[in-house]
Amino acid sequence: MTPGSPPAEAAPPEAAGTRRAAALRVRAGRFPWPLVVPALIGLAFLVLPFAGLLVRAPWASLGTRLLLPEVRGALWLSLTTATAATAVSVLLGVPLAWLLARTAFPGRRLVRALVTVPMVIPPVVGGVALLLALGRRGLVGGYLDAWFGVSLPFTPAAVVLAQVFVAMPFLVISVEGALRGADRRYEEAAATLGASRAVVFWRVTLPMVAPGVAAGAVLAWARALGEFGATITFAGNFPGRTQTMPLAVYLAMQESPESAIVLSLVLLAVSLGVLVALRDRWTGAL
Amino acid sequence: MSAGLDARLVVDRGEFRLDAALRARPGEVVALLGPNGAGKSTALRALAGLESLTGGHVRLDGRDVTTAPPERRPVGMVFQDYLLFDHLSALDNVAFGPRCAGAGRAEARAAAARLLERVGLAAFARARPRALSGGQAQRVALARALAVRPRLLLLDEPLAALDVHTRAGVRAELRRHLADLDCATVLVTHDPLDAMVLADRITVVEAGRVVQEGAPGDVAQHPRTGYVARLVGLNLYRGTAHGTRVEVAGAGAEVALPEPRAGEVFVAFPPRAVALYRERPDGSPRNLWRLRTEGVERFGDQVRVHLDGPLPLRADITPAALAELRLDTGTPVWAAVKAAEVRCYPA
Repeated sequence: MTPGSPPAEAAPPEAAGTRRAAALRVRAGRFPWPLVVPALIGLAFLVLPFAGLLVRAPWASLGTRLLLPEVRGALWLSLTTATAATAVSVLLGVPLAWLLARTAFPGRRLVRALVTVPMVIPPVVGGVALLLALGRRGLVGGYLDAWFGVSLPFTPAAVVLAQVFVAMPFLVISVEGALRGADRRYEEAAATLGASRAVVFWRVTLPMVAPGVAAGAVLAWARALGEFGATITFAGNFPGRTQTMPLAVYLAMQESPESAIVLSLVLLAVSLGVLVALRDRWTGAL
Repeated sequence: MSAGLDARLVVDRGEFRLDAALRARPGEVVALLGPNGAGKSTALRALAGLESLTGGHVRLDGRDVTTAPPERRPVGMVFQDYLLFDHLSALDNVAFGPRCAGAGRAEARAAAARLLERVGLAAFARARPRALSGGQAQRVALARALAVRPRLLLLDEPLAALDVHTRAGVRAELRRHLADLDCATVLVTHDPLDAMVLADRITVVEAGRVVQEGAPGDVAQHPRTGYVARLVGLNLYRGTAHGTRVEVAGAGAEVALPEPRAGEVFVAFPPRAVALYRERPDGSPRNLWRLRTEGVERFGDQVRVHLDGPLPLRADITPAALAELRLDTGTPVWAAVKAAEVRCYPA
């Protein structure tokens, strides 16, 4: 195929009618190589590592490795904490998004900037910050310990908190965008029908932005599932208690790379599975 | 304390200022008629509480609701594109208002079913809004607005979202429903036909001001602005009457009347009363002006000729007459109108 030739001519001939139609099709003009070549390199870069994983996987011993209690424990902890973190993110993040999108208060822009900070700082720094705020001698953690005898660091709750810290901004940004894009006249129509602002939110606004909430929740869940830095700093790395899949992968990499590959494959399969399952129904807004 | 709507709406928005007094008795349908940008929709939004007033008041059945939020006003509104909630069935759309007013689910749905029945859509109760035709969606929107038992019903361009073919049917239907209501109704439209058919009284708004008010027939017969005159198809001038002659303001022309008048008056005559001649006609009719052709356009099965000169006017002639006159832009013509065709009323 020469650079100038249109794809239609290169396509294998089908029915005679189709070929005649193809012959009359307006040609596409010069092929945009400067765009396509970098695009293909980028795609290869994204896909190749997974190919590496698949090629090097110890397929023979896969079953037995998967059934190891450490693996099952880490997987179970990861799934439950990521789901809990997503739930917390939705419960707190949707109202926060509403506040940012629908109300005017002094310093709103500053609040919006603060919300996005966890997206840009290194997660390890987030973990340190969480430790300083909620640790046993932290800003708030000291009172939690003194008044309620609650100590958060190095517990499964800390895993969830670390994940919420890094994942909630994704949900807030996604839902805020959906709220800004929603037609506010529907909210006005609801108000003329006697709906208070809270009722308008529950019965009109929320259903309208549901795809945005779902997309945000999927993003948040994926981010929580992969969380490493903040978790290991704030929650530690105790197998069965705070050792999530990413931590287990990192640890296994030091001792038996084959186990690391198996764990990675499991994470990959779970993530892909969720994305594919939600693909058409909810993540259209993604 | 008066029943119905009593409002004076003042909204200042930079360059634009709306200042309009509006009244509507219970059961009365008032049309706000005006060109685009006249402030009709702003007035409607102010009545619904979706827009704050800079001055004036809104009273409903004697109760002052000027600063009440929209959800606390006994007002129902049908929006131009209906704004039905897409995630709810037609029935639940109509039940939305009663639910907000505290009715239980079953009770609200029963009330909604009765209203859907009333607008002839009982069979579509479970349909989603996007599955409805424009006319059906409009009736659901009407039922939804009526479900809150409003004391004031607002309709924003209720027929504008419909195509020409369905409009006549829906208009007749809507008229029937509006006639049954015991609440005051204000509808906004830029279409004189909608206003004439649907309203008991027409309020003409131009550039934020009420310029004319009256029964549809009266407005059609006695327009008071160029906008209304164009809508109802009349040539309209304002001037000073001296006996049977009117000196038209701002023009060097006079119009002869069938009978003597005095003072400031409007004179109006329909375009079809104008006869055009290339040569000065014999027998000299009492109204004869030397004018210049500005343009020619099709108008139904007639041709409308726009003329400029001492008395700018529009004349309707037959295509055959146009061919005979050989009119072109700039062609000078004589325009004649019988005095008996001229209507005159006080300004």
